[in-house]
Amino acid sequence: MTGFVTLLYKELLRFWKVGFQTILAPMISTLLYLLIFFHVLEAHVEVYPDVAYTIFLIPGLVMMAVIQNAFANSSSSIIQSKISGNIVFILLSPLSYRAIFFAYILAAIARGLLVGLGVYLVTVIFFDVPLQLPLLALLFGILGSGILGAMGLIAGIWADKFDQLAAFQNFIILPLTFLSGVFYSVHSLPAGWQVISHLNPFFYMIDGFRYGFFGVSDISPYVSLGIMAICLIVISTFTIRLLRSGYKLRH
Amino acid sequence: MSPAIEVKQVCKRYGSLSALTNIDLEIHSGEFFALLGPNGAGKTTLISIIAGLSFANSGSVNVMGHNVITHYQQARLNLGIVPQELVFDPFFTVREILRIQSGYYGIKENARWIDEIIERLDLTDKADANMRALSGGMKRRVLVAQALVHKPPVIILDEPTAGVDVELRQTLWEFIQQLNRDGHTIVLTTHYLEEAETLCNRVAMLKDGKIIALDSTQNLIGKMTSGNSLRLRLLPDVLPLSLQVLQINRSNGLYELRIDDYAQVEFILSTLRSGQTQILEMHLQQPDLEDVFVNLMKNSRNKSK
Ligand SMILES: Nc1ncnc2c1ncn2[C@@H]1O[C@H](COP(=O)(O)OP(=O)(O)OP(=O)(O)O)[C@@H](O)[C@H]1O
Ligand SMILES: [Mg+2]
Repeated sequence: MTGFVTLLYKELLRFWKVGFQTILAPMISTLLYLLIFFHVLEAHVEVYPDVAYTIFLIPGLVMMAVIQNAFANSSSSIIQSKISGNIVFILLSPLSYRAIFFAYILAAIARGLLVGLGVYLVTVIFFDVPLQLPLLALLFGILGSGILGAMGLIAGIWADKFDQLAAFQNFIILPLTFLSGVFYSVHSLPAGWQVISHLNPFFYMIDGFRYGFFGVSDISPYVSLGIMAICLIVISTFTIRLLRSGYKLRH
Repeated sequence: MSPAIEVKQVCKRYGSLSALTNIDLEIHSGEFFALLGPNGAGKTTLISIIAGLSFANSGSVNVMGHNVITHYQQARLNLGIVPQELVFDPFFTVREILRIQSGYYGIKENARWIDEIIERLDLTDKADANMRALSGGMKRRVLVAQALVHKPPVIILDEPTAGVDVELRQTLWEFIQQLNRDGHTIVLTTHYLEEAETLCNRVAMLKDGKIIALDSTQNLIGKMTSGNSLRLRLLPDVLPLSLQVLQINRSNGLYELRIDDYAQVEFILSTLRSGQTQILEMHLQQPDLEDVFVNLMKNSRNKSK
């Protein structure tokens, strides 16, 4: 247990020590999104009845920040250690593969939630954002950042260079995020696109998280919860296997 | 009791390159063992396989009786590795690194031993400096320190003295020798052969992924060299007839005479004196590991021709 706690502590310290880049900077860029959409679209769009577009947008943007930062944390930690070579200290240690996995994932969740919480706290200063079921929202935040943390771990292990990691981010994470309904309700899409959206696991993260705020969602939050739990279990099992196989880490 | 390290029939290929071929090696508890060989011989590859950093294509490795794949946690707890590459984590100070490293091995409270290692490796001034602010030699010392935090019974050092100054090299070896006396098994690689000769009781020579010699340091020097010799520059430049049977070489104007025991030196000198031959220059040559190394490399090259 000490080994796991130490690695978790190290991973937390790693982003905390550079909190300006890892927490503050992503908070600011998320708030910029909000500011822009607020000015451009506020008057024109209404997704849910009686919910102003900006208010509708806030949970989506918060969740986007949560999952993007969870991904960024585990992926950049792994690839930096790989490139600088100091990953040997973890590879040489008697840490179990499961301990390594959970330490990285929990650090990713912590950073994701911290950025999300930061964004949320700033927005409540300016807007009246309801938060009807905070625990449910938190649960979605944890599951979503856990999934993305695991994806980050996979991407970091797979990538040999920073540009490969950027490609992973640009061609997989970003489209899945933008097409998940952060900026719109999937119900406003044509039927074909609705079906496609339902194949996107990110859709359930955003939709369920938003339910925690408004008590309204495109599909039942419990279905979303179930789907995400299954996703997390599958991807976690896969990632632990990957670590055990030594893929790209041990020759 | 099982050996400290047991390598059985290990092969490692990188594509078409055979980095290690059928390596069999047993290193016993308490040994001070040298793994020598030219660049690219496979030393680091073998160490990586023992450490679980690479996987062998075939064969098996045990550390203190624990298989490095199936019982990796036990094997790694028993092992401390100083890697050849200078790697470090730029986010932390020396002391933080050592504390974290202890934690990985399940040790919660290790301040005493950490302080001792820091002192023994002469890092006290830098204990709270960030890793980035350390010179190359200091970073190497931190690598040594990291390998020792959990007091592993088996310590493997892959060129620990590369880029380290003379003074520290001595203090480092004193420290390692003490650990050896305390019962730790030590394996090292180095290109400074006199280091290996003074420290190690047994040596394996590796070349092209094969062990070409494995014996005690004394035996190797005895078997693989032509023994002690005396090199002389003479005036007039003629070797007296009675000494010519001893001659083994002549180079750069120096005669090299074999001496099987030191009493022969007196015989050579008196022969020269009685022949009115003057000695302009004299060296007593004692064979060392370097001669063994050179001879072995020469032999293996001839064989492969
Ligand atoms: N990851 C790798 N991929 C491909 N080839 C490798 C790899 N690692 C080592 N090799 C090759 O395996 C052989 C043995 O290398 P190794 O690093 O074990 O040598 P060494 O004895 O430690 O040499 P040195 O004294 O230079 O450190 C070399 O030919 C090397 O090029
Ligand atoms: Mg090497």
